[in-house]
Amino acid sequence: MTALIALPVLLPILGAAITVIGSRSPTLQRVVGVVVLLAVSAIAVVLLVESDARGPLVAELGGWAAPVGISLVADRLSALLLLVSALVTLAVLVYAIDQRIADYGRGTVSTTFHPMYLMLSAGVSLAYLTGDLFTLFVAFEIMLTASYVLITRRTSAAKIRAGMTYVTVSLLSSLLFLTAIGLVYAATGTVNLADLAGRIELLPPGLVTVLGLMLLVVFGIKAAMVPLHFWLPDSYPNAPGPVAALFAGLLTKVGFYAMLRTQTLLFHREEPWTLLLVLSVATMLVGALGALAQNDVNRLLSFLLVSHIGFMLFGLAVFDAAGVSGAALYAAHHITVLATLFLVSGLITRRTGTVALDRMGGLARTAPGLAVLFAIPALTLAGVPPTAGFVAKLALLQAGVAAGPWTTAVAGVVIIASLLTLYALARVWVRVFWGEPKPALPDDDPDDEVVVGTAERTPVPMYAATAGLVAVSLAIAVFAGPLSAVTGRAGVDLLDREPYRTAVLGVGP
Amino acid sequence: MTIFDEWDAPREPWMLPGACRRGRTRRLLLEVAARTLFPTMLVFSLYLLLVGHYSPGGGFAAGLVAGLAFVLRHIAGGSVGFGMPVPVRPPVVIGSGLAIAVLTALVPLLVGSPALSSAKLAVDIPLLGPVSAQTSLFLDIGVYLLIVGVVVDLLRSLGAGIERDMREAEEWLP
Repeated sequence: MTALIALPVLLPILGAAITVIGSRSPTLQRVVGVVVLLAVSAIAVVLLVESDARGPLVAELGGWAAPVGISLVADRLSALLLLVSALVTLAVLVYAIDQRIADYGRGTVSTTFHPMYLMLSAGVSLAYLTGDLFTLFVAFEIMLTASYVLITRRTSAAKIRAGMTYVTVSLLSSLLFLTAIGLVYAATGTVNLADLAGRIELLPPGLVTVLGLMLLVVFGIKAAMVPLHFWLPDSYPNAPGPVAALFAGLLTKVGFYAMLRTQTLLFHREEPWTLLLVLSVATMLVGALGALAQNDVNRLLSFLLVSHIGFMLFGLAVFDAAGVSGAALYAAHHITVLATLFLVSGLITRRTGTVALDRMGGLARTAPGLAVLFAIPALTLAGVPPTAGFVAKLALLQAGVAAGPWTTAVAGVVIIASLLTLYALARVWVRVFWGEPKPALPDDDPDDEVVVGTAERTPVPMYAATAGLVAVSLAIAVFAGPLSAVTGRAGVDLLDREPYRTAVLGVGP
Repeated sequence: MTIFDEWDAPREPWMLPGACRRGRTRRLLLEVAARTLFPTMLVFSLYLLLVGHYSPGGGFAAGLVAGLAFVLRHIAGGSVGFGMPVPVRPPVVIGSGLAIAVLTALVPLLVGSPALSSAKLAVDIPLLGPVSAQTSLFLDIGVYLLIVGVVVDLLRSLGAGIERDMREAEEWLP
């Protein structure tokens, strides 16, 4: 069983190698990408079932035992997020493949797209599975380096300039991350997370606070926590549709996962974390209010993405089992729904030729199927019952109300932010789907990766991939009972910390 | 004397008059040095690759040394005939290196060991006698190919642009 744990990391890298070697055979590239991601999804299912039944699974790379060697750990939280991420990556890849076939022809090859896509997937898997702070840094670097290529390839100068913001901010946060790891190692002499869990507590409280805040800032930048979110609405909308969907679905959530993992494991608290509560309120409100002011549908979705990061931060800030499990459930739901919305936005753009809300309209009449594909994830994101968003939000609200007066007040902000989300998405609905149909606008930049205004050349699999993601998010709602039971147990384990430490280090210290 | 001539005669039109860039930018000393150093550096990189498990060296360092050999060759001779020392496309070298490294990590899983485990291999090679090596050598070989491939690919893509810029600049010179 432990043999499976390394495969979600190694298989995509092997796939990347094969797609580089076969960079002249487009069919090989497509088949390898889909097969690898199917395999990763299947392995993630097995890991989730096994870790739920038997506790955290640990693989020691190279056979070196834990505090010295590198361990990969699959517990309920990481296996669940790995599964959701693998499904989203697979659906987005199918969408991207068919978009590329439709726009550039079946014979088009690229030496960068498929390898970088699979490397990004490997980095995401490694970030979820690693039990070691430095390997977490490596995972982030694999993921981010691949994302730098994906966001800047085949595009215009203006968009590369926007991508530079993303690259610069990410490099800065990586530098800070490396500094923090250096300080942690200097203070404790280990980077193994399970080992650190016991050793950080022995440090002077001031030093613990500094280390905790440094890691909060590092992962706050990656997760787009206000006030460190400014890079996101400027960079994601400039990426091609599928790439934006992948980034919006995965990258910020990996940042949040790292924050959740390190804060619960290393910096244990007994009561709600006031600082993070304040930051979560700011994130929810700034994101939701920012979304209201946007006319570009992708920028609007980016601000909503930021806003809903605040919901997860709130779950972590409550800092009890219920809150953390709510945050985990919310992350799983959020990965699917944001990726779906960005894919739908790509489909809308292909039909209208523009991302400007005030220049499109009447799509409900011309494309009723697309309207359904938008409506379901939109209602899910807003948290309307009985969708997955409602289930996840309810878990957060219950945790907030149970934890005390201040968290109850923040739970009120959660409801306000949800209503603002609904309002922002209703604006999109009215502008895009209602009103008189408008003719498609011509592509303003035919050379770049984003081809727009070509609805008649939108192949069925692009719709099918989007519908598949909608189905995943509906499945989260249908299986809300067992899923929240799993995240509930994950939350208890995260706060207890003993199962993780015992699994990694052997017998308890 | 004839044997020596045949043995040492340049077999490829690399850094020869006519096959090279224009006389103005040629540096004789650099070209002679590059011709001597290029094979030496490649052999040295193989040495670093093989001793890397117990001594300073390893796949990454060896790959960098080999990459530097290609850089030196590029600086001295330009990109003329650059395809010759590496008859395969750089992406194939990069991909093969990565594949070898990942397969080295995966193979231990087949025999029930954790990923990335290594074992000691001892073989008797005729003439050389008993030779032992760690299986992690294959990981190093993968890294070596990866680094060399990346350097050659960089020279191919960026180096061609630099040459074009230099040619354009020369046209403006009096």
